[in-house]
Amino acid sequence: MKPQLIKGNEAVVKAAVLAGCRAYYGYPITPASEIAEAAAYYFQQTGGHFIQAESEVASVNMLYGAASAGVRAMTASSGPGISLMQEGVSYLAGAELPCVIVDITRGGPGLGNIAPEQSDYRQVVKIGGHGCYRVLVLAPNSVQEMADLTTLAFDLADEYLTPVFVMADGFIGQMMEPVTFASEVRKVTTPDWAVDGTAERRKNLVASIRIEADDLEKHILHLDAKYKRAEREAVRYEAFMAEDADLVLVAYGIVSRICKSVVEQLRGEGLKAGLLRPITLYPFPEAKIRQLARTASVFGCVEMSTGQMIEDVRLSLEGRKPVEFYGRCGGNIPSEEEVLRFAREVLKRSTPVVVSEEVVHG
Amino acid sequence: MAEYKILHDKSNCFYETYERKGELRNQTHYCPGCGHGNAHKLIAQAIEQLGIQDRTITVSPVGCGVFAYYYLDTGNIQAAHGRAAAVATAAKRSRPDSIVISYQGDGDLAAIGTAEILHAANRGENITVFFVNNGIYGMTGGQLAPTTPVGAKSTTSPFGRDAHNDGYPIKVCELLSALEAPVYLERVALGTTKQIMAASRAVKKALENQVKGLGFSLVEILSPCPTIWKLSPVAAQERVRDEMAAIFPIGVYRDRTREAQPYPAPKPAPPAEQIPAILGIESAEGVIEAAKPDRPVDWRIRVAGFGGQGVLMLGEVLAEAGLEAGLEVSWLPSYGPEMRSGTSNCHVRVGTHPIASPLVTKPNVLLALNEPSLKKFLPTVEPGGWVLYNGESIPEGIQVRGDVNMQAIPFTQLADELGEAKAGNIVSLGALLELTGMLRQEAVDHALAHLVKSTRWLEIDRQALKAGRRAAHAREAERAEVCQ
Ligand SMILES: Cc1ncc(C[n+]2csc(CCOP(=O)(O)OP(=O)(O)O)c2C)c(N)n1
Ligand code: SF4
Ligand SMILES: [Mg+2]
Repeated sequence: MKPQLIKGNEAVVKAAVLAGCRAYYGYPITPASEIAEAAAYYFQQTGGHFIQAESEVASVNMLYGAASAGVRAMTASSGPGISLMQEGVSYLAGAELPCVIVDITRGGPGLGNIAPEQSDYRQVVKIGGHGCYRVLVLAPNSVQEMADLTTLAFDLADEYLTPVFVMADGFIGQMMEPVTFASEVRKVTTPDWAVDGTAERRKNLVASIRIEADDLEKHILHLDAKYKRAEREAVRYEAFMAEDADLVLVAYGIVSRICKSVVEQLRGEGLKAGLLRPITLYPFPEAKIRQLARTASVFGCVEMSTGQMIEDVRLSLEGRKPVEFYGRCGGNIPSEEEVLRFAREVLKRSTPVVVSEEVVHG
Repeated sequence: MAEYKILHDKSNCFYETYERKGELRNQTHYCPGCGHGNAHKLIAQAIEQLGIQDRTITVSPVGCGVFAYYYLDTGNIQAAHGRAAAVATAAKRSRPDSIVISYQGDGDLAAIGTAEILHAANRGENITVFFVNNGIYGMTGGQLAPTTPVGAKSTTSPFGRDAHNDGYPIKVCELLSALEAPVYLERVALGTTKQIMAASRAVKKALENQVKGLGFSLVEILSPCPTIWKLSPVAAQERVRDEMAAIFPIGVYRDRTREAQPYPAPKPAPPAEQIPAILGIESAEGVIEAAKPDRPVDWRIRVAGFGGQGVLMLGEVLAEAGLEAGLEVSWLPSYGPEMRSGTSNCHVRVGTHPIASPLVTKPNVLLALNEPSLKKFLPTVEPGGWVLYNGESIPEGIQVRGDVNMQAIPFTQLADELGEAKAGNIVSLGALLELTGMLRQEAVDHALAHLVKSTRWLEIDRQALKAGRRAAHAREAERAEVCQ
């Protein structure tokens, strides 16, 4: 298809329609509102429906209703709205309902501001609701990926029967880049388990309740097995000049693009820097990080927060290599110049060590 | 032994045995004399009579009725506390042929779920709500409900409900009858056999309305909870009849079933092959790829000015024209607090190389449409870059940089002379093209035609482009003369 210049937030909606999504429920919030606006425009013209819900609490429960009925459904919001949705996300996960939730992140805590920040990492990736569950989280860093990962999100949601988040910072939502969309609309069939008001599916029940301890434990272990499978099969990342890097920068979203620029410049100066960009934040590319730890001497995590993803980087490394952090927040973006300075300092501090084989436990 | 004739058989809409329940599969989990049991019966009967069992979806949120799915042989969705109306809304919208029941208690509907029920009713969702009002939180062991009578004791109103502390019992039918959309609101009771028969009619009617597609119907059912009330089943029924009905008058609060028109059916989906076109996605067939420039280019542009000067639009035209010319492009607006203060700026990149960061912190082109922008961004411009300022001359107090190409041209004034001061942004674009040769004219023409929908504005913008080119050309000529 002919590439078109389009905003990240709008690309999400077109990709969703092409993925066969036919239900949108949402409450406006900057910097995610264009998603609701585009959905209001396109869903009603393409055989779907759109409701501006009374709150994010209602939105997420509408999502629950539509997903129960077996249609592809989505919502979008930003920090404060995602906080409100967390109860519903727990129910969706518990009831094993597939759906897509887009989070265009902004500054917090509280009302914070509407400028981009990456401070929803904990509440989305590490989950913000009650119970033993996880959600899959995809982190686009371009407008093309806003489209592609939205499509993937619907497929993963169906495959793993779970809510899938597309989490992008305000910049990725607001910026425009050329996007090539799929040429065809996905055909979606009603799943066997759906409660769709037909004779053949009348006996179906969608529920998160399991009264007996043994039943609930069995259910939780079943959920856990799904997550373990995702950890084996669904991990995605981009490694850029990382294989022989002394310093591996780890960043996602808009920050990964700044870091890529920095890596190019450092390489131009003969300095061995690389970038690891997690595309799935859960499951996190732990094994890849451990593999890079065999050759790298230090990792540098760059985020638009005071350090949230860094916890996963540290957990992945299990103490193998030091991790340094550079972050800006409140709506400030780490500039190329700042990250360059940070990277140079880190490289200077850490003398590359030749790692002998027995030190490495992949 | 006396012979009995069974007048009312167990409805087919109940499961024969309650397999989902686990133990004691022949009896319900409800306490003896509980109103939920009766309410279930009335609903099952009505479903059977209307012949809608296969189409029915029952939504049961948290409360003693959460286990409705043990009993009702319909599609079942168990929902979060208070959210049944939202869940039901979406199930119905997703499956317009289904019959969706939202079965809610008083804590559920009138406390935690107040927003959801109010808005579902206000949208006139074509669902049927059965609202079991027992004036107490049954499931959690007898706490104050929004419907508990003033003076009544509960575990969280140990001295009796005090209106100054807890407010008054909420009257849901009265409240919802203030809304325009609902078609049918009735309050019934399970206090006497006669009341139960009337309740049966209301339940059936509320479902029938949905079958006819008339819109939102709600039946409030005053219902005994002998266990928490610490009364015998008979005494509990008497309390419903005497005390509850006195606080919550029985009756019809809204009935527009006769005059209501069925909701129009949802618009049918267009054929799948038409959807890309509806989304504005064009086929790449026949598109001739633009010839790439013969040398690498990397334009890092910052456009800045007041809101209303068309800063973002100017950036978009540049990016769109770049795309048209076969280049890599990105456009990033400043948004957020800056927008409110009345200034606006955007980052545009146009180049031959794939774009890593779309942020432009060291521009090689600055289009400053006002003085504050010039002040703010001039120091960031890369040596050798271009700076175009909207004015007769560089304002006093701003150090002219010798290491960049600076031009002051009154874009807004030139646009004003064309009759539209707002086209100043496109005048500046004309000047930029003339001075830098950044993009071919055809690419810019294409971009403008794509982005500007009004023919009048398109013509103005074309004139503006020319005016910008002329002015820049004149400036260059002047400069050449001075240099000689
Ligand atoms: C978010 C949340 N808060 C509290 C509860 C605990 N809870 C379960 S049922 C209930 C009250 C139910 O009362 P009502 O809706 O009147 O139903 P009844 O049992 O009286 O029929 C409460 C508070 C819950 N499940 N979820
Ligand atoms: S506690 Fe009350 S509402 Fe709950 S089952 Fe018993 S009688 Fe019914
Ligand atoms: Mg109650």
